[in-house]
Amino acid sequence: MMSFFDTIKNIDRRIIFLFIALSVIIPLLFDVVFPEKLSPIVGKIFTKIESLPEGSRVLISMDYDPSSAPEQQPMVDAIIYHCCMLNLRLYIMALWAPGQNIATETIKRIIVGYFPEKVYGEDYVHLGYKAGNEGLINVIITDMKKMYTTDANGTLIDDIPAMRDVRNLKNMDLIMAFGGGKPGLKEWILFAGDPGNIPIAGGVTAVSAPLLYPYYPNQLLGMMGGIKGAAEYEAEMSRHYAGFAQLKHPGLEMMGPQAVAHVVIMLFIIIGNITYFIDRKRQRKEPAGSGK
Amino acid sequence: MPRRIIYIIGLLTLVGAFILSWSMRFSWSMEGFYITFGAFLTLCILSFLYKDNPFYKFAEHLFVGVSAAYWMCMGFWTTMIPNLIGRLHPPVVRPFLPSVADQPSNLWFLIPLALGIILLLRLSSKIGWISRWALAFIVGTTAGLNFVRYLRSDFIGQIYNTILPLTVYQADGGFLIQDSISAVIVFFGVFCGIVYFFFSKEHKGAFGTASRVGIYVLMVTFGAGFGYTVMARISLLVGRMQFLFGDWLGVIPS
Repeated sequence: MMSFFDTIKNIDRRIIFLFIALSVIIPLLFDVVFPEKLSPIVGKIFTKIESLPEGSRVLISMDYDPSSAPEQQPMVDAIIYHCCMLNLRLYIMALWAPGQNIATETIKRIIVGYFPEKVYGEDYVHLGYKAGNEGLINVIITDMKKMYTTDANGTLIDDIPAMRDVRNLKNMDLIMAFGGGKPGLKEWILFAGDPGNIPIAGGVTAVSAPLLYPYYPNQLLGMMGGIKGAAEYEAEMSRHYAGFAQLKHPGLEMMGPQAVAHVVIMLFIIIGNITYFIDRKRQRKEPAGSGK
Repeated sequence: MPRRIIYIIGLLTLVGAFILSWSMRFSWSMEGFYITFGAFLTLCILSFLYKDNPFYKFAEHLFVGVSAAYWMCMGFWTTMIPNLIGRLHPPVVRPFLPSVADQPSNLWFLIPLALGIILLLRLSSKIGWISRWALAFIVGTTAGLNFVRYLRSDFIGQIYNTILPLTVYQADGGFLIQDSISAVIVFFGVFCGIVYFFFSKEHKGAFGTASRVGIYVLMVTFGAGFGYTVMARISLLVGRMQFLFGDWLGVIPS
């Protein structure tokens, strides 16, 4: 008969999957939400946006696709809401093809939905997607109109009031890039932030976050790393803006299941280590070549 | 019972269940169809956790095909049409982009057009070698651009970020202990990490100790990376569960 430790050692991976699934589903059903404290790296983005005078130009690049949207979208929603509250001028673009439609949906939901008084072409512009990856950034740092002849709706760029006094990326007061792959925030630092001396901030998927920490704080103003960064920003927004506090907070809602799932994973790691050491001790006790 | 028949029965049962869900919860609406189909594809992908199966394969192949087509179409309509054809011969794009149609043409764009056509010659077995010219142009410009940018930001910039004053003071002269500790950890962490990768000298004595500290620094880095990766994957799982239990089943209020 198998001992308890043998059972644990040979546990089917599907049982672990089941535990992870339950650790995510149960907190979701019971709406488990934990309080979030603002970390300095996220706080700097909030402070920077707060410090921008009305009408400042903020470029938002949505460099992600639906597969990483659960992590990225809460960040983008909170940032766009924040910028609209402060009457900043938004320039929305995408280095990833799916980013264009995600941007269209976001504009419809956040800007048109909560700020219907904002005028397209004056308060915000949707520049859409252009192919070229970092090559695109390299061109628009000197001349936007070389790549953007029209906006995402096909309007000639010269006919858009908000674009009249924008020659290149250096005219932006802040660039915010969201994405976890390539091209993403790193390319914005390398091809726009550093050569153009433009403040760069943004949000990335948690997988990419450790790779971007070395750029903070000299080359990267601030960063939201994964859903934790989004939740921190949402919590800070709720503290400052009553209107935002009334809305749904997907970042904060996702941190409940996140925390429970992490505890389950940690328990599995601890159990795995204990069984490993017990097993090693057993093997040492057994005489060599006993075959048992 | 042959496996194929089991799969067919499974497929029919699933299709029936999803049609039932579409009709009962979404009253045959188009949006309801998209949500139901999305739920079906999500479950197909998640079924891989049990074991590889034709449902997973179907969803995977559909995803790859649709993604490739989507990128190609977006690239064509957002870049090729306005930026290439719209500049070479603007009247051609009048049906799609009337705003661009009256702009003057720019024949310099014949060069990228020619390079693009040359690149497509790769499809021919006889003259495919010509595509190397366009490829050489792409590789050359990318390497040249990246070399300068990476040297500046990833090499020189990172040295600036690492070699910081070990004692940090406020503007009024006050000592900032937290920032100072952080600067010391960054400096010695990077130093020991580099020592670990220095193989021209045997790792013994003080050098060996620094190398061992370097290993610990690397372990902490990998641990942080693993933690963040777990967070990313769980976030995606939560996103899918919100979709299944919220948008599709309506158990979570959306």
